[in-house]
Parts: sequence; structure tokens; C-alpha cells
Amino acid sequence: MASADEAIADVADGSTILVSGFGGAGLPEQLLTALVNQGARDLVIVSNNAGNAGNGIAQLVAAGRVRRIVCSFPRQPDSGAFEQLFREGKIEVELVPQGTLSERIRAGGAGIAGFYTPTAYGTELAEGKEVRIFDGVGHVFERGILADWALIKARTADRWGNLTYHRTGRNFGPVMATAARCTVVQVSERVQLGAISPEHVITPAIFVHRIVQER
Amino acid sequence: MNISLRRRSADEIAQRVVQDIPEGAHVNLGIGMPMKISNHLPKDREILLQSENGLLGMGPLAAPHEVDTELVNAGKQPVTMLPGASLFNHAESFAMIRGGRIDICVLGAFEVSVNGDLANWRTNRDDAIPAVGGAMDLAYGAKRLYVMMDHQTKDGRSKIVTTCSYPLTARSVVDNIYTDLATLVIQSDGIRAVDWINDLEFEQLCDLTGVKLLPPKD
Repeated sequence: MASADEAIADVADGSTILVSGFGGAGLPEQLLTALVNQGARDLVIVSNNAGNAGNGIAQLVAAGRVRRIVCSFPRQPDSGAFEQLFREGKIEVELVPQGTLSERIRAGGAGIAGFYTPTAYGTELAEGKEVRIFDGVGHVFERGILADWALIKARTADRWGNLTYHRTGRNFGPVMATAARCTVVQVSERVQLGAISPEHVITPAIFVHRIVQER
Repeated sequence: MNISLRRRSADEIAQRVVQDIPEGAHVNLGIGMPMKISNHLPKDREILLQSENGLLGMGPLAAPHEVDTELVNAGKQPVTMLPGASLFNHAESFAMIRGGRIDICVLGAFEVSVNGDLANWRTNRDDAIPAVGGAMDLAYGAKRLYVMMDHQTKDGRSKIVTTCSYPLTARSVVDNIYTDLATLVIQSDGIRAVDWINDLEFEQLCDLTGVKLLPPKD
């Protein structure tokens, strides 16, 4: 349990950071604001989008703190600074199909080094990758992603870090929570141990390291 | 000739697509034009919409008093949930998609080739920001893939082509094409025209499409 600033104080330059969210839904805004203030540079951000409308990822990008973005959908009506840096070649982008992105994170968290997927076979996004035919269908080899940090948003946490989420704000959160050396969660509600029914826990506490109460 | 045609509106195309969605289907709608379909689902058929950001049993767009910014569709618009809806994480969502649980996916397209290749994620413009989202997973994983698009580009070229000029999303995946001019089905022996607007004769539709079309079956 910590403030957002304390919870991400030891993020080092060059870290790989998973950030939950689909557009604004499930985006841990307060953790991202703290990261902007904290000052770490040369970051690799793994998230579905590349930031829009001045949100937390967009601020990090605009401040020149992101070396590389791994994402599925960087194009947004208002992608702000990203668009300019991309056109000037000042930010690296690794474009990953959305299902491959979530599965790479799932695999990383599950101790799986890599997997074969039919998605993107025969397309530009498979160029240079190992391919193999299974049962007559072409597949592409993809590596799992294991990150230094996961910054995620959930609705409710107990003291141990069991989590529930709110509606489609869940998206990448439960997957990313499993795939980082340190998972930091922004929550809107804290409850006593036992208040979340064990049947309703979405992310078991073993995956959660630090909890920040939203202000 | 083009200028005077009474083309189908996006809502009319959506109404046509819905005729080919059976009772009980699990359906994913791509962002853009296909989202219109959610406004035209028939009351007498139970059709379950899946949204790849983690929702099965998606309801209509949210009215102003119903908006929850954490309940959105794949286009990030606020939506509602039907009774019986379920929520899940992204890995589970794409297990449904890649695992073949989605009966029909409707996507927009830049180009579709005669053998069903789909190009819908990037153009060849150097400064365009590429964005693939879930299109490649959906194109491969859905049991049936419908494309909903304008028949021609703004400068009058057919979007139905012999070979796609834009980078592919997936090969040989498109089953049906619904446009402002016609409904087409891709078969092993070519593209068959199913129906088209009243203003056109079959030969005129073939000319506008620019690739060989098979006439409707009787």
C-alpha cells in the first residue's frame, strides 16, 4: 500500500512496462501521471494503444520518455505527440495483432517462452519470423513477453491484493498482472480480507505486489 | 452513370447483412461501418454480439444517462450489456476468436480479392500510421467473414480486385461482400452476384466491379 509516487519510485531507465487499458477503459491514469513526474527514460511501453487525447501514455510519449511502443492500435482520432514522433522516426513501434499481443503477455506470465499462432501468417507482420505448418495451416512463432513492471487498474482490492475489475475496464489487466516482476495496481475501492468472495476473485493476490488507492 | 445511382446507405447495407445472420449466432462487429449493424438486429432472433475488448452479450449504444466510460465497444464507444452478458479478459476474448467460437465477423475493408484475400489494416501511404487491432485474429478465427464496405474508392476504382495492392490482413478468408451497390458471395469458382441496386443491370455491375462476376443462381 502506497501513494502512486511511492509505488513507482524505483522504476529504472530502460524498463519494460505493461500498461492495461483499451483506450481510456482500464487505463491506470494516476500511475501514469506519477511515472511522468518520476522521470524514468528510455522506456519500452507495452499497451494496446499508443496514447490519445493527452492521457497518461500520450504524456509519456510527448515528454520523449518512450523509446519503443509495442501495441496493436496506435492510430487514434487524437494520438497527439505519438503521430509526430512516429513520422519523424523518433519512436520505435512494434505493431502486434491484438490477440497475439494478449497471448504473448499471457505466455510470458505463464512461463511459456513462445508459441505458434495462425494469426498474421502470410502477412507483412510475419516477415522475418519463424513459420511452421500444422495440420495444413501456416503458423507464426511468437515470443512471450515478460516485463519489469505492470501498471494496471482494477476496481477492488483487499489487503493481500486479490482483485476484481469494473466491466470492460478489465481487458488486459488480469493478463498483464501475471507477466511482470512487479505489478502495481490502481484501485478505486479497498475492502477487508474476505469481503471479496473467493468465487469472485478475478486476479489472485499472488500476482499483485503494490496497491495504490485512487485519489 | 456513377453520379446518378441510388446507392444503398450504410444503414441499408447493415439491414442487408442482418438478413444473413441466423438465430443464435455469435457475432463480432469491426469498427467503422459494421458497427451500424447493432442498430438493426431483429427482435425475433437472438444474436449475441462479442466485443473483443472483453464482452459477450453486448447491447445497444448507451444513452447519455447510461454512459459508463469503462463499458465500451471495440470502437471505444459507450455501450450497454444485455441480461446474460459476460465479461472477460483479453486473452480469453481472443481464445474465443482464434479458437473458432465466433460464427460471423463483419469487417470493413480497403480491398477484397476474387479469392477472398482481405486488405484492411494499412494503405501504402508512407506517412500513414499502421493499426491492426484485432483484424488479423478475427479474419483468421471467425467461422464466416463478411465484409461491409463501399463498392468503389472515392475516385471510382473498384475495391473488389484481382489481386490486393495493399498489405494483406489474411489470405482467402472473405465469404460474403456487402456494398452500397451489391451483395456478393465468394465461391471456389469465382464471385457470384446475389443482389444489387435497382439502378443497375447485371452487365453494368460487372463493369463497375472490374472483375468477372457469376450471375445469381436461379
